[in-house]
Amino acid sequence: MVGSVIKIGMADLSAARDPSVLITLGLGSCVGICLYDPINKIIGMAHVMLPSSADIKNNGNKAKFADTAINVLIEHMSDLGANRSRLTAKIAGGAQMFSFKSANDLMRIGERNVEAVKRELEKHSIPVIAEDVGGNYGRSIEFDSANGELRIKTIGHGKKTI
Amino acid sequence: MTINYENLNSIQLDVLKELGNIGAGNAVTALSKMINKRVNMDVPRVEICEFKEVPEILGGAETPVAGIYFRVNGDITGNMMFILPINSAKVLLDMLMGPFRHGDDFTEMDISAMEEIGNILAGAYVSSLSGLTGMRLAISVPALAVDMVGAVLSVPVIQYGHMGDSVMLIETHFFEGDQSVKGNFFLIPDADSFEKLLKRLGVA
Repeated sequence: MVGSVIKIGMADLSAARDPSVLITLGLGSCVGICLYDPINKIIGMAHVMLPSSADIKNNGNKAKFADTAINVLIEHMSDLGANRSRLTAKIAGGAQMFSFKSANDLMRIGERNVEAVKRELEKHSIPVIAEDVGGNYGRSIEFDSANGELRIKTIGHGKKTI
Repeated sequence: MTINYENLNSIQLDVLKELGNIGAGNAVTALSKMINKRVNMDVPRVEICEFKEVPEILGGAETPVAGIYFRVNGDITGNMMFILPINSAKVLLDMLMGPFRHGDDFTEMDISAMEEIGNILAGAYVSSLSGLTGMRLAISVPALAVDMVGAVLSVPVIQYGHMGDSVMLIETHFFEGDQSVKGNFFLIPDADSFEKLLKRLGVA
């Protein structure tokens, strides 16, 4: 039984109680962060675009950055009754869609996003129990509150569940 | 006072649309010569969309497309992207390569042909802008991705994340007579290039 299906856009986040499915479509260099409290079956997903809000003046949208989105997402999940010490994480995305000869920082954004997300999760002592990151292809992801499964679809790189 | 792309007036928006019109007009002429068919285009749109809405552009985030991406350098900087739905890309390749093309998958040769098509079109687009504004502009080598449109567009859009919560796209839709080939050009100037661009065009 699928309850509510909530779509997460770019620079967006949401938390939900069971039964629900959180989805984000066409994830490229951005990273989808999926947190789960397996006892209360509360799920949360953030679609972050950039590693850090630190050097950016216009940083009002907390869902945009790895360092601020995770905080907010944990708050939202706690409000729904999640226990933060039980949270586990699955992450997907962080691809490098285009390969240029000169690999400058702009192009390495996917990799930098993944590094930042892992660093922030570690600060919150949330273990990353599964990941599907990197590569040069896009991903659509579906996170299910019933069992914490993260289903990943791609074009030409198969489907998987982590 | 710096100009914020999130609140441009209607004259400034019209000027940007006209840029799209001229640039895409030249690119479409180049395409038309290449395939020896009439190619039409719609009036360009200047869209300022929130990041959340980006994946919905062009028929949903998962629509498979071929995206050819260029970095624009010179007096102003930004990104150019030329997006073809997968089927249009195949038809276009068939038209150009005729008997040399086989099968449904993209070969190395197809990929290199698409990059070259992109190169010619983006070159025509940017050189007409350069002529119009008197600014020095050059495009990088092309890079191609065949994937979901949301993922492809995320690349130029992320650069806007440094400046604000929305992206400005100058979008021009074009189509060959019977619609078997259609596509879109996106010109996405870097946020800090708007002021220079609008000043140069006399509407800052």
